[in-house]
Amino acid sequence: MCGIAGLIHRGKSSDIGNEMTAMLQALKHRGPDSTGFALYGNGSDEQYVMRFKLAEQADVAVGFDIHRQIVERKAQVDERMAEMGASIVDEAPATEYAYRYTFTHDGDLRRLIDFIEDIDGVEILSIGHALELIKDLGDAAVVSGQYGLGSFNGTHAIGHTRMATESDVDIRSAHPYWAYPFSDVSVVHNGQLTNYWTYRRELERRGHRFMSNCDSELIAVYIADRIDRGDELEGAMRRSVDELDGVFTYLVATSDQLGMAKDVMAAKPMVLYESDDFVGLASEEVAIRSVFPHEIDTWDPYNGEVRVWQA
Amino acid sequence: MAGVNEEHKSHEMGLHTEQLTGRSQQRFFSASEEENFTYPWSYPVDFDKHAEFDAAEMDANAVNLRIRELMKAGHGSITVKNPRAQHSLGVGILNRLNLTFEGSLGYFGCGLIDGPNVHITGRVGWSCAENMMAGTVVIEKNAGSLFGAAIRGGDLVCKGQAGARVGIDQKGGTIIVGGSVGAFTGFMMQRGRMVILGDAGDNLGDSMYDGTIYVGGEIKSLGVDCVEGEMTDLDRKWLAAKLSLYGMQAPNGIDSIKKLVSGKQLWNYDNLEPTEKKLVL
Repeated sequence: MCGIAGLIHRGKSSDIGNEMTAMLQALKHRGPDSTGFALYGNGSDEQYVMRFKLAEQADVAVGFDIHRQIVERKAQVDERMAEMGASIVDEAPATEYAYRYTFTHDGDLRRLIDFIEDIDGVEILSIGHALELIKDLGDAAVVSGQYGLGSFNGTHAIGHTRMATESDVDIRSAHPYWAYPFSDVSVVHNGQLTNYWTYRRELERRGHRFMSNCDSELIAVYIADRIDRGDELEGAMRRSVDELDGVFTYLVATSDQLGMAKDVMAAKPMVLYESDDFVGLASEEVAIRSVFPHEIDTWDPYNGEVRVWQA
Repeated sequence: MAGVNEEHKSHEMGLHTEQLTGRSQQRFFSASEEENFTYPWSYPVDFDKHAEFDAAEMDANAVNLRIRELMKAGHGSITVKNPRAQHSLGVGILNRLNLTFEGSLGYFGCGLIDGPNVHITGRVGWSCAENMMAGTVVIEKNAGSLFGAAIRGGDLVCKGQAGARVGIDQKGGTIIVGGSVGAFTGFMMQRGRMVILGDAGDNLGDSMYDGTIYVGGEIKSLGVDCVEGEMTDLDRKWLAAKLSLYGMQAPNGIDSIKKLVSGKQLWNYDNLEPTEKKLVL
């Protein structure tokens, strides 16, 4: 089933870590397998923020070698970043297997990403100036507490509670998906794509990488590909409604925008609240109510509808 | 409309001109049936006896049980404050009751009800009043998709706009939407009437068997086997009377309303071979 949520504060920052946690916790019944956040903070143009993992949570829970491997993998990440000319400004472990780095880098970002992900077991969850993508197993309160998201300030966010249907229960298959290799682009999705392999093969031929077999990842890569080919975000999303087949509602965020698209059958839910300074969207109104307990006007966007809001 | 019998009225309005053999046991247009029907275990309530409670700290189960307890104690008018868009509130009420929700409901609100008059001051989520048998549900704001799915009787009114698949599989009763509706509204509709005062999305009335849809605004596209019917004086009188009950008006007047019915080319599906089905489409 899955639950998705998005929020954007227009022209100001807010306590988006707590807000998104509350929204996703209200959607827990739609999918308790994993929870993910794409939070857009007040980043710097000079520095990148990278969120990456060195192992799956399930790997850490079993086996003896994995703890040593995690240490080795992290050392390899540091070495390869140095080799590519990236300077680490700050590093912080969120868990034993997940890290947050800030770094500077003037070279080819895609090449750096590919070089890091070439290390066995290492996956970059996100790179951006504003985007920080956090996902793990458990409900929103657990993941938020584990990664200390309660103090996260920013302008907008999207999030996801997952009920695994077409791929495994692991971090790799959890949402949101970062639109590799584009900094600051992320996607969450509720639905099923029926022409997944057709488009995956085409996008792989065009040089895009897939880290999972989850159909939702395709949307992120598809949007990234269209942006790479010169589309504006809204144009890319409108095209996706025509070209991607299946039932879906998805949210996409960039450094300063939040977008929503709904398939032509309107088979997956989405409730929208919009005011002059705030936009909130979720699979169910109860999530929006967790941020706005007082009476507000909400509505369902229609079939095939695409909307984009500016931060 | 005095002096006109029920069969004549329904035929005049383009309704139920053929028997849906074996598809439903429900009689059509029986004015006396709803009023006379009560469940033997329903609670005798006094409409002048009012109770209210705050649901801010209650889950859906507790709210529904509280409504039942109050009915059992003879309360015929109940107000629920702060429903917080929770799912499945006000479901399964088989009683006469005046019930008010001060706020919004989530999914499946007021489903499977038979008899109460419900007033919701906020919005409702997906599948509001699904399988409603009788009574009224009036929503002051918007409604989600699947509004009034498979209702069999009563009046379901949304004064705002509604989502996709409004009245899917509607088997009776009346659905009124003050604003616009999404795609596949009236999909596989079988009986009853639907009034859309705003615009209708794609594939309106797709594969409808019977029933009537009235639309006051623009229609994006008609679904398979949905065709425009002829508005009669009886249609106009019925619309005026029904809308006035809920203080609603057609934005461009009753005369601008279009009537959509089943073309019935697809209707007698059982007697057609698969190749023939394709031909009638």
